[in-house]
Amino acid sequence: MITLTEVLTLSGLLFSIAVAGVFLNRKNVILLLMCIELMLLAVNFNFVAFSRFLGDINGQIFVFFILTVAAAEAAIGLAILVVLFRERRSIDVEDLDSLQG
Amino acid sequence: MNAFSVAAFNSGLTLATPEIFLGLAGCGILLLDLLIGDERRHWTAALSIAALLITAVLAAGVEVSGPVTALGGMFLVDAMSQALKVVALVIVAVVFVYSIEYMRHRGILKGEYFVLGLFATLGILVLISAASLVTVYLGLELLSLCLYAMVAFDRDSGRAAESAIKFFVLGSLASGTLLYGMSIIYGVTGSLELGTIAAAVQGGLATNIGLLFGIAFLIVAIGFKFGAVPFHMWIPDVYEGSPTCVTLFVGSAPKIAAFALAMRLLVDGLGGAHVDWGQMLVVLSVLSMAVGNVVAIAQTNLKRMLGYSTISHVGYILLGILAGTSQGYQSAMFYTITYVIVAAGSFGMILLLSRHGFEADRIEDFKGLNARSPWFAGMMAIFMFSLAGLPPFIGFWAKLGVIQAVLGINAVWLAVVAVLFSVVGAFYYLRVVKMMYFDEPVDAARIDGSPLMRAVLSANALLVLLLGIAPGALLVVCAHALP
Repeated sequence: MITLTEVLTLSGLLFSIAVAGVFLNRKNVILLLMCIELMLLAVNFNFVAFSRFLGDINGQIFVFFILTVAAAEAAIGLAILVVLFRERRSIDVEDLDSLQG
Repeated sequence: MNAFSVAAFNSGLTLATPEIFLGLAGCGILLLDLLIGDERRHWTAALSIAALLITAVLAAGVEVSGPVTALGGMFLVDAMSQALKVVALVIVAVVFVYSIEYMRHRGILKGEYFVLGLFATLGILVLISAASLVTVYLGLELLSLCLYAMVAFDRDSGRAAESAIKFFVLGSLASGTLLYGMSIIYGVTGSLELGTIAAAVQGGLATNIGLLFGIAFLIVAIGFKFGAVPFHMWIPDVYEGSPTCVTLFVGSAPKIAAFALAMRLLVDGLGGAHVDWGQMLVVLSVLSMAVGNVVAIAQTNLKRMLGYSTISHVGYILLGILAGTSQGYQSAMFYTITYVIVAAGSFGMILLLSRHGFEADRIEDFKGLNARSPWFAGMMAIFMFSLAGLPPFIGFWAKLGVIQAVLGINAVWLAVVAVLFSVVGAFYYLRVVKMMYFDEPVDAARIDGSPLMRAVLSANALLVLLLGIAPGALLVVCAHALP
């Protein structure tokens, strides 16, 4: 039997990997989008686990909403990325430095 | 969860009439916009403004006596939600009026701006009326996703695209953090409904370490959405990089949403854990006032300067919330509403001075404005004095209110810090006024702008003055909203 602590540890690890990925990644923006997606999935894992162990269905319903919003978010993120690439011919994080001060 | 009843569902739909109308109007305008040619695009704008004003009338007309939850406990209408909705809707309508000319001059007068704006406003309304973590999240995401798209909406601007991707990444990070905090709170309290969560927290969970952990994540997310230091990195870049009409949108109505987010989550849901989140907000508030006001001094770009100014004002709004008294919440609500009115006007001035090929977004562009147009120099001076918090303008009463609120909880040092940084802040606002009145104009072009825009902008500035002389009515609204 898997305990709640184990599931929470795993989702905590996934979440930390995602956050670390956003801040440490110096390579390109697609990786950032993947990290954001991973973060939302870690949260889903949390909700499903709590829902299961609380015996309350609402948490799983919330997961459906999060999945839907995550899909919309990915679509907008990629669309912005396309605009950025058309203007800059690059999607490197290091090139995003024209606005400073 | 209550048993389903048709009568209850219908009465819930009645309460949600403004949101339903705005959603349908948004879809309808999206379709109509396809049939309208580019030369008649102002019809889309007019329809959108009409839809917003009708929604405002509907929102004001919803009759409730005391807070009512509906739609299975997801949706809440109370005096605060009604007041905030009306303000948000009117402000967005004003924002649209200011934006039309600017977009026409740049060839970006497209229906997408208005439709995205309408859906973002719908997100704000849903968030304001949220009574469950699900509704909070959905409202916030509807708002944020529309804002990301709006920032990137000028497709030929590399700067806009860059600021959009920064906004997107940081905003999504904040949403992820918010969700993580929500999942922890769900796990600890066993419910997604804010009312049940509040009861569970009151019932002895206030010192639970898991709850504290969840609150920390929520505070990070609220800080991001407000733009409070140290989560403010996106504000200056987005304000400077996006087209000014979008900066105006991002800088006005979403602040009301951020305030509603904080009130719903922290006060309605976690009011019993005020000791925990109050401490965290103190840090955010002091840092925001310090960094916002000090860094703004070094700016040469007016949009960026107003961005840092937003950060400092967020510090003052948080001051009211962290007090944790109803006087504090009222003053924070008053501050938010007045700040949004003034911010809309100041960005409106930048839009008024800009023309084809000229952005008017550097502070020097306002040099000698008095010689070019004494009337609008006076209007800009009103906005700047109000932001600086000088009497008899509305910003003075807002600052006075939050400072009284922190004095009410005997946090004298916070009040001293707030006053000191507002003195620092006065410097850069007054520098703009000095440039307008005592420097030679570098740009002698006539000030354009449609008669409607000039009239609304003047009314906006006079409202700031009028509310400053007689703030009583708005104070009563806030006191009624948060008894």
